[in-house]
This record gives sequence, C-alpha cells and structure tokens, in this order.
Amino acid sequence: MSNPVDIDETHRPALVRVDQLGVSFATRNGVVEAVSNVSFEVANGETLGIVGESGSGKSVTSYALMRILDRAGRISAGQMTYSSIDLVNASEREMRDLRGREISMIFQNPRMALNPIRRVGDQISDVLTQHAQAIGAEARAKSIELLKTVKIRDAEARYNAYPFELSGGMCQRVVIALALACRPRLLIADEPTTGLDVTTQKTVMELIVELTRARGMSTILITHDLGLAASYCDRIIVMKDGEIVEANKTDALFASPKHPYTRNLIRATPRLDSRIRDLLPEDLAIAALPKRDTQLQATSPILEVTSLIKTFSPTDTRRPGWLSNLIGDNPAVRSDAQRAVDNISFSIPAGGSVGLVGESGCGKSTTSSIIMRLLEPTSGSVKLSGVELTGVPMKSFARSAYRAQLQMVFQDPTDSLNPRFTARRVIEDPIRMLGSDEDRKSITSRVDEVAERVSLPIDLLNRFPHQLSGGQKARVGIARAIALSPKLLILDEPTAALDVSVQAVVLNLLHDLRTDLGMSYLFVSHDLNVVRLLCDDVLVMQAGRIVEQGSADEVLASPQSSYTQTLIDAIPHPPPLYAA
Amino acid sequence: MQDQQFIAAIANEADGQVEAADPLKTLRPTQSAGASSTIAHIAYVLKSNPVTLVSFGLFFLMVLAAVLGPYIVPYDPLASNSAATLQPPSWAHWFGTDQLGRDVFSRIVIATRLDLFIATSAVALSFVIGSILGSLAGYFGGWFDTISGRVIDTIMAFPLFVLAMGIVAALGNTVENIIYATAIINIPFYARVARGEVNIRRNAGFVHAARLSGNNDLRVLALHIFPNALPPMMVQISLNLGWAILNAAGLSFIGLGVRPPTPEWGIMVAEGAQFIVSGEWWLAFFPGICLMLAVLTFNLMGDGLRDMVDPAQRT
Repeated sequence: MSNPVDIDETHRPALVRVDQLGVSFATRNGVVEAVSNVSFEVANGETLGIVGESGSGKSVTSYALMRILDRAGRISAGQMTYSSIDLVNASEREMRDLRGREISMIFQNPRMALNPIRRVGDQISDVLTQHAQAIGAEARAKSIELLKTVKIRDAEARYNAYPFELSGGMCQRVVIALALACRPRLLIADEPTTGLDVTTQKTVMELIVELTRARGMSTILITHDLGLAASYCDRIIVMKDGEIVEANKTDALFASPKHPYTRNLIRATPRLDSRIRDLLPEDLAIAALPKRDTQLQATSPILEVTSLIKTFSPTDTRRPGWLSNLIGDNPAVRSDAQRAVDNISFSIPAGGSVGLVGESGCGKSTTSSIIMRLLEPTSGSVKLSGVELTGVPMKSFARSAYRAQLQMVFQDPTDSLNPRFTARRVIEDPIRMLGSDEDRKSITSRVDEVAERVSLPIDLLNRFPHQLSGGQKARVGIARAIALSPKLLILDEPTAALDVSVQAVVLNLLHDLRTDLGMSYLFVSHDLNVVRLLCDDVLVMQAGRIVEQGSADEVLASPQSSYTQTLIDAIPHPPPLYAA
Repeated sequence: MQDQQFIAAIANEADGQVEAADPLKTLRPTQSAGASSTIAHIAYVLKSNPVTLVSFGLFFLMVLAAVLGPYIVPYDPLASNSAATLQPPSWAHWFGTDQLGRDVFSRIVIATRLDLFIATSAVALSFVIGSILGSLAGYFGGWFDTISGRVIDTIMAFPLFVLAMGIVAALGNTVENIIYATAIINIPFYARVARGEVNIRRNAGFVHAARLSGNNDLRVLALHIFPNALPPMMVQISLNLGWAILNAAGLSFIGLGVRPPTPEWGIMVAEGAQFIVSGEWWLAFFPGICLMLAVLTFNLMGDGLRDMVDPAQRT
C-alpha cells in the first residue's frame, strides 16, 4: 500500500530516514498495530507535513521518532535514522541527549507543555543548562534573547511571568522558544496551532516558518488541517489508519491527488469558494441544494436581541472581606467591571440561520449562554417569537414552555455527553422531561425516529459515549437537541472538535435538518469559513461588540471592518481544487 | 469553561490515537446494554487483575461466614467447657480454646457477622450523609459550602479515634453508638471526595445539556453529576470498610462498645492479649489475623470496585 514515490529531486541529504516503521500497542483486545509500514525522509531544511485525521497514526509516528511512546506502545518493525544515528536501537541515555538538543518538539496544548508553577524564563534556562549550553546569568541572558526571537514584547519582564499570566498564543511562543533553545536541526510540531484563534494561528505558524528557515532547520508539521499543511509545507504525507496513503510535493498533491482518500480530504477542507455540498466525497449521492427562500426576511423574526449587556464585575466573584473594608483597602472598588457583551442587538428571521463569529474572549459564548437562559444578562432583552425571555427567572425556566423551543448543540461532543448515559438515554432525557404525553408514551420509537433523522444507526444507541467515534457522538448531541423539534437551535462550534471529513458530513446534516424541520440556527464559531457554509447572515463580534453584520457572501467578499479583513486573511487557503 | 472544553477536546484527540487505533472496538458486535454486559464486564475486571480476584474471593468467604456462621460452627460460641480450657490448636479445636474453654474458631466465625454489620452500616451511613453534604456543597457553593467545609475541617482536626471514643463514651456503650461514632468520623472523607468530584463537573457540557433538557438543579445533581463521582467514591468505601472494622475492634479492645461475652474480634484480641505472656498465643493471634485479612481484603477490593462501576472501563 505505502511505497511512497520518491519524488525528491533536489538531492538534499536526508536528515531523517524512516523505513518501514511499525508501532504496536498492547491493549485490552490484544496487540493493535497503530502504525505499519511507514517510510519517509526529511531532507535538510525541508518542511514535511504529515496530514491525517484522528487515529491515523500521525502523532504516534512522531512519538516513535522521539522514542516517547507510552508504555503500552512498542516499535515493532522498521528502521529510523537521524543523521546516521540509529534511533531504534539508541540507548535511553543517547536519546535523552538528542531530545531537545538535536530534535525538539512542539506539543498540541502549550499550556500543558509548560510547567504551571515555574516562571517561563526559568523553564527555558533549564533546557539550556540541561544540555550544557549556558548556566546562570548567561542562561538568563540567552533565554531573554530567545524570548525576543519569538517576538515576545518586553522579554525581560516576561521572563518572570508564569504560564497562566500569558495568553494561549504567547504560551505557544514560549514553547517554540523552548524548542529552539538548543538550536536543534529537526523540529517536530504536533498540531502546534490547534485550539488557537485563526489570527494567532497565522502569527504562530509564520514565526515557526521564519525561524526554521533562518536556521536551516528541518520541520515535521503534524496536522489534521490540509489547508494549514498546504500553506507551510514543501511536501505532504497523507496518513490513514496507520499507513501512508499518499506522499507528494504540496503542489503536485493538490493538482493531482491519486488516492481517493486524499481526494475526499481535499474536498472536505472548506475553501473560500466551496459550497456545503462540495465538502462531501465525490461518490456520495448528492441531493440538489434546495434554493434559498428569499422570502425569509419578510416573516417576523424568531429571535430578537436588543441592547444586550453582560458585565462580569470582579465583585461577583471576590466580595470585599470585612478586613479590607475595615482598613479601607477595597480591591473590588478599584478594579473596573468587564463588559463581556457590550450593547449588542440582532435578530434571526424565522427559518433563517445566522452566524456569530469572533475570536476567543469576544463574548460570543456569553451571548449564546444568555440566549439559552444559562446566564442572566445585566440588561437588555431577548425575545423568542415576540415573547420576552429575560422575564422568566432562570430557575423556573428549566420547566418553562419555551425551554423546549430553544436547544443547543455543544462544542465538544465528548464533554457534552454524560459518560454514564447510553446514547439512547441521552436522547430520551429531553423528551422525558419536556416532551408531550404522547411523545413520552412512545418514547422508544420517538428516539429511534430522531436517531434515524441524524443517520445514527439504531444499534449504536445502547452504547456509552466512549464507545462511539467523534462523529457519532456529535450526532447523538444533535439528536438530543432536535428531539423536541425546537424552533431555535444554537450551534456552539459544533464541529470544532471533529475531523474535517466528519465536519463535512455534520455540516451537511445540519443544513438538511434545518430545511426539513424548519428550524432557525444561531451558529457560533471562530471560523468564518465554516460559518459561511451554513449561514445566510453573519455577525462579526470583537471585544463584546458587533463590528460587522450582513449577508455571509457579502461580508466575505467585501468586508467593511478591518477586523473582519484580518480574520479572513488569517484563514489558511489550500491551493485551488484539482480539476475533477 | 472554554479552556476546560478545549483541554477535554485535546484529551479526546490524544485518546483518539489509541482508541481509534483499536479497530477491534469498532468491529465488535454491539454489546446489548444491561445485565449480560455488566456481568461480562465484572468478569473481565476480575480476570484481568488476580489481586482483585483474590480479594473478592476473601470477601465472599467473609460474607459466607457472616450469613451461615451459626449453622456451620462446630461449637456454641458462648458455651464454656471447664474441662478444656486454654487448649492449643488441635483437630478438635482448630484455633484452640480460651480461658473458659470456648472454641476460638467458632467465636471468630460468629463474630464476622457483627463486625461486618458494624462496618457496612457505619460506612453506608457516612457514604449517604457525606455524599449529600459534599454534593450540595460542590454544586451550589456559597454559604453552605463554607459552613459545611469548616464543620468538616473541625471534625478532621480531632484525632479521629479519640473522637469516636468520646462519642461512644458519651452516648453509651451500644452497638448502635459504635456505628454512629464510626459513621461520624468517616463523613468528612466522603464529603470531600464528593465535593471535589461534583465541583469539577459543575460546568461540564453534559451538565448544561441536562439543564437545557429541562432538568432542575436537584435532578441535574442527583442523576447527571453524582453518578460520575461514583468511581472514586467506591475506592473510598472499600478503604473505609477496612478502617471501620479496625475502628470497631479498637473500641471494643479498649472496653468501649461491644461487651463480653459477645464474640467480637477486638474483644477477643483484648482478652487473648493477657495470655500471650504465658504462651497461649492462639487466643489473640487468630482473631488478629482475621482482622488483618479483613482490612487487607477491603483495601485490595477498592481498585476492582472502581473499575466495575466505571462505564468508561468497558470497551
């Protein structure tokens, strides 16, 4: 299956050579081959992208290369060499010396990669000391130099910062500084930007590219995002189920993808001009996209939000104690209240779908929580089909008649399913609590019907969440939300935790459900490109305010605000779709 | 909350490697939920961990002795026999006889019921009360959390055995009072575990989802959050059963609680202790060994119990 065509014509000497690598894991069900027969080379100064969806073995491959597989994992076959050092048979001591000094790694979650109770500068100094590069004041000076290299402003002061004092993007820069501290020749970046905002993703990726180019380093970029890999890699390896399905130069891979899996992956990656149906695999029977109902705007809005304000005052969480009152030092009085949502108004037409886009911390999740009545607004009004919702106290809203009309699909399908409930019980719950008597009597058939609607096989309904795949869990979450046929569905980044191919299917499912059931959507997301696929209108939010609104196509084609422009520019663009 | 979700997503992604790298999982026929899969899962837990199997075997023996004790013992545990006092272990008297000629083996077997009863009822009481207190504190927070937290801290500040002694001495020397005393000193452990486990799940996605499904706060807490706290609670229960037995025996040893001639391990050790010097070791040795084995059994059972109640351990 996987004899990658060696198309490296440049004859640059290979820094890393992996030959017929196999990795196996001992599990409860016996030994499982996570990676088999994987061969590739990384030349000096080259950037190689390893692309695959979760479970494809892309991370396992890199862990094997660093020899940091967990205890159950074992390199079962093959050769790995790093500039003539045999990595498979090297002793643990030799590997320790190599790691960090010759090969270093950037991990997925920068916060978890940094020790939370140590100053970031000290953590960099540690690496320098560990590999005998510098000690004491010299290490400190070098660390500050490194922090400057990764463009952290005010590096001397930041040296003493703790990870929790830095933003996610800043943390990732520190991790990059850590990785580059000993001037390694190979950098392995494992999903370095997952979980970061698009604009941060762009700056972080550009930083990595700039630094590795300047130092003549080789990079292995592991990612699920084909668009990202296309933007920054010389060559791309596509992995599936632990094997390489295709390896080629980036341009060639996009121009003429050979393997059907690669084709589907390329299709599933949203691009600026793709329509929602384009994301699905070619061979899937595609129902024609129903024409958009232009009369929608004329009907009365299903949801009206007017001058909504939510203030998180520090006094809410930290009440001044009697002691500070006594000595007159009242911290609550001094600090300013934060406006998470700052006077926003919008409406959603009945049957329409509106996207709410913004980066983390812009107040979009707060807004959706308020509309959901999970959070009390400071002021403002939320009307569902003309009825004021903020009038109903939050406590009694649980049993209110409007509860059933207002449902939500959550961001993380794993987190939003009770680990102790089977899928059937998850879907049953809202029907049992809020359904009509009729629904409750025929609850089994009702659940089957809903499951069928989201194309969830009935025999999966008796499984626990951890026995389901990500896409199946997402379907369960959607089934629960539509079980009561709500009028308004809030989608809180429903595909953020999913693979692109699963995302493609889920987006299409959501699109069809809206047409079939006549629901309205509020799609909350950070990804303008995904929102565009599902929504007629978009609202762009920044720092609690709506900075731009309009029809999705217009906003993307000619953004009025500079912030929207920045957001659009930051989206990585895969090369144009190959000629089908 | 965003961060939590994010971390969960990352963790999920990391799990995905192993999980999805496990093709057998997806190929297997669907397990029909219900009794058969539960039994299969329990069998798997027992099979995969021999220590758990041994501990469950010992536990089964103890339960058997407690239930069938009076019907299987060779002698009446209370019948003295002046012709056969302080006999060393023999075929007639496996564990020897005591100063009144009573059969030590029979007394040990009969005592199992009382000791297990004290331990399980005390642990059940503290589990129920501790879980309720801890869950409410963890879910609602606020003044209730503050007050219950400080009360628990106060209980923990006492040397627990001394506190139990005080309670039994004050309330009176009865089996019920031993149970109450043992329950009170164990409440803080359950309350703390429950509070922590509930607190970290208070803002989980599935909790919000439960609210959107029309569950009120109490239902969310009791049916959606609390069951997820069970696995660590099971470990606590199992460890606590051991402590509770030791505690009851300890109280009897120093003369509080169960009174002679009722057979009870603690009293038997206490009574036998005075004969060790003169060479009649079996009086204290055998009840002591039983006590040790019982505590060991409960300590070893913890991990197995946790794996049994945790659905995430199933494939």
